[in-house]
Amino acid sequence: MAYGFDSSDLTPELKRVRDEIEGYARGYGLDFFDTIFEMIDHDQMNAFAAYGGFPVRYPHWRFGMDFDQLSKGYEYGLQKIYEMVINTNPSYAYLMKSNTMVEQKTVMAHVFGHVDFFKNNYWFSKTNRKMLDTMANHAVRIRSLMEKLGQEKVEDFIDRVLAIENLIDPFAPFAPSPRADLRTSARTDSDDEVEREAGRLKVDRGYMEKFINPPQYLAEQKVIAAEQAKKELKNPPSPMKDVLAFLLANAPLQPWEHDVLAMLRDEAYYFAPQAQTKIMNEGWASYWHSKIMTTKALKASEVIDFCDSHAGTLVTQPGRLNPYKVGIELFRDIEDRWDRGAFGKEFDECDDLRVAANWDKKLGLGRQKIFEVRKVCNDITFIDQYMTADFCERQKLYNYGFNKRTNQYEIIDRDYKKVKEKLLFQLTNRGQPFIYVTDGNLGNKGELLLWHKHMGMDLDAKWTKETMRSLAAIWKRPVNLETEVENQKKLYTYVPAVDGLGEDDFSEKLT
Amino acid sequence: MSSSIRQDHSRFRNIVKGMIKKNLKKYITHGEMIGRKGKELVSIPIPQIEIPRFRYGDKEQGGVGQGKGEPGDAIAGGEPEEGDEPGQGEAGQGEGKHDLEVELSLAELAEILGEELQLPKIEPRGHKTLKSKVDKYTSIASQGPNSLRHFKRTFKEALKRQIASGVYNPDKPMIIPIKKDFRFRSWKSDVKHENSAVIIYMMDVSGSMGDEQKEIVRTEAFWIDTWLRSQYKGIETRYIIHDATAREVDEDTFYRTRESGGTLISSAYKLCESLIDTHYPPSEWNIYPFHFSDGDNWSGEDTKLCLEMMQNSLLPKVNTFCYGQVESRYGSGQFYKDLAAYFGENHEEVLLSRIENKEGILQSIKDFLGKGK
Repeated sequence: MAYGFDSSDLTPELKRVRDEIEGYARGYGLDFFDTIFEMIDHDQMNAFAAYGGFPVRYPHWRFGMDFDQLSKGYEYGLQKIYEMVINTNPSYAYLMKSNTMVEQKTVMAHVFGHVDFFKNNYWFSKTNRKMLDTMANHAVRIRSLMEKLGQEKVEDFIDRVLAIENLIDPFAPFAPSPRADLRTSARTDSDDEVEREAGRLKVDRGYMEKFINPPQYLAEQKVIAAEQAKKELKNPPSPMKDVLAFLLANAPLQPWEHDVLAMLRDEAYYFAPQAQTKIMNEGWASYWHSKIMTTKALKASEVIDFCDSHAGTLVTQPGRLNPYKVGIELFRDIEDRWDRGAFGKEFDECDDLRVAANWDKKLGLGRQKIFEVRKVCNDITFIDQYMTADFCERQKLYNYGFNKRTNQYEIIDRDYKKVKEKLLFQLTNRGQPFIYVTDGNLGNKGELLLWHKHMGMDLDAKWTKETMRSLAAIWKRPVNLETEVENQKKLYTYVPAVDGLGEDDFSEKLT
Repeated sequence: MSSSIRQDHSRFRNIVKGMIKKNLKKYITHGEMIGRKGKELVSIPIPQIEIPRFRYGDKEQGGVGQGKGEPGDAIAGGEPEEGDEPGQGEAGQGEGKHDLEVELSLAELAEILGEELQLPKIEPRGHKTLKSKVDKYTSIASQGPNSLRHFKRTFKEALKRQIASGVYNPDKPMIIPIKKDFRFRSWKSDVKHENSAVIIYMMDVSGSMGDEQKEIVRTEAFWIDTWLRSQYKGIETRYIIHDATAREVDEDTFYRTRESGGTLISSAYKLCESLIDTHYPPSEWNIYPFHFSDGDNWSGEDTKLCLEMMQNSLLPKVNTFCYGQVESRYGSGQFYKDLAAYFGENHEEVLLSRIENKEGILQSIKDFLGKGK
């Protein structure tokens, strides 16, 4: 088979186990792509993990760095990757050779949970399921570019692009094309036989004219229309979150640079849903490995080993939120509430704590509900809709922050609303700043203007400068960033050296 | 398949080495940045190898955690880290917040040092009397133990004999070795000439040598060690401290001891000489005495004695004699002047260096090792 995969290298025993677990998973209603399991050793596991799960990626030092870290972590016994699975059809999953049989069983059950999620969750619906081939193609193309142009040159450009790789719009694949929208609205206007004054409303009876279109109103409309026209002249017409797309269309790129940028953008979009559904995806897979193991697959002799590895997966650490733990607990909570009917207006309005605690309408809708949730939600809607005050308290969730006075991280509070707000904030845009392109021709000098939509937190100045350096190298003209620092509006400007002469210049000014 | 990750890995290692080279001065000046890991490895923090991103400031962020504790309690375990959870491969998403620690072997570090300072390879002194014997199984003998029997050769011999004697029948090929057909693997002794070296560190620990001066000596000694180790196999180090009297100590004591007495440099040189005479015959050893002091000596009389000893008994035995003068507020720095006056600043075997502060370490290493001796 391609890529050296061959499911036949599973031992007969593992094949039997796989068929058994697959049977249980289907029995529970999980619906997954064909899943091919591959046995690999820890070295390969670390290599694949460094490659984001793929066996082949384009050459880049950062994969080597990740590999270095993973290998060290493994050698020192600090971390071990039990499983890995890629979102493709058919799906490929890796089993570590050194896993015990009970671990292999758990991993298989876990993997079927993931693949069911990949296949059915709405946010994965636009991902490229042939990504294995695409990644391999990217690798071939980039490698041949490196052979032609030199490794350093291509790698430098990749470094630059990676610095802004997160400036994409993960929701874009789900939106109708905005450009198409503009065109249709323009056509209806011109179809109108009478060229109407901007904003003038249609009047059937002449004597109503000054009531329907008073002069003041018309003047206002003129201003709005003029602004609109100005906006449409601007590129982009409205702030654009997909900075990579904007660069593809507008930056002065060599053909090969264009090619590389486009490839890396594809890869970024491919990985985006995984970041958007981390809690759900891991929660769902953990829910199912736990369910399948404890109700079906586990032998009495394996119970302790299973508990040990399961507990290791769900362990919580101070100041860190384990997505496996939060995810599985929330799915269980939803299932429990929908089984008992503990939701809706009547339940919410129940003031009697004892009644609420013992609420049971015997609806039995839990299983159905969690399947629905796994279909439509992403992490944000998952937390927003289903995390309750009760859940927060039971899971001992808290808000923490840095106390400048004591110079340490401290628990701030356990207030449900604040915890939820903070968590949602962190999940929004993957906890990263919102950056938009607002003007591709600032001051008619070909400068790029970005806008940081400030939401209460300042950017890290040092990283901002470094990132702007990368951006300026791609744009090849000065790059500006509007932001806010300590409640004051600021404009950062990065001016790249012209043709490698002189030095780059970075400045900031209050606006 | 996994050879491509090896390429990425070696590419990463090269970048790291390049960065260390670029920042070598900083690493040398701040010796404490380099952590020892066992005998052969060091770990070095590398800043800014990560790919930059637009991100929020560290201290701005805070977050949501899970577990026990009251509001106001510090989060156990210090700074929370974003990190890679086990499981799903999603490398490149986690954003480490700490400097990356990379491991380097001492040999690699020495190589970087050598390239950056353009240190010449050391030419060992002409004698190669220290021999080491390596046995290699490269030959065949007709006698030997059964455990070393060489089947193929044995049967070849038998076949040869049978064909020669006409016993061999191609239609019914049966080969039976007899005793004289037996062949055995056998070894050849390979004698290698090795150059061994010893470094003898001497340090003035009298009251005027403060902690800062010792830190400089420690840092410089680390780099000298690193370089010489890459040049010689099986290097030994000895440590001598002295004030008015000298004694041999272990490495730890060497850097920690602080005495308050006066200074008689000759005491150290005497001990050094006797060490050489008893343990390190110059015909077998490359000998590197390093002496660090702040330049104060008790009397001109003693200095004279020192100079004589060096000229007559030390210099004929050693490769080079290195004197590093760590400048201190209390020292007069006279000894350097005396040495320079006696031997001249550019003597081939007496290498002098003045180390004003940590910044001077780099130049001093170059002074000592730049001659390739």
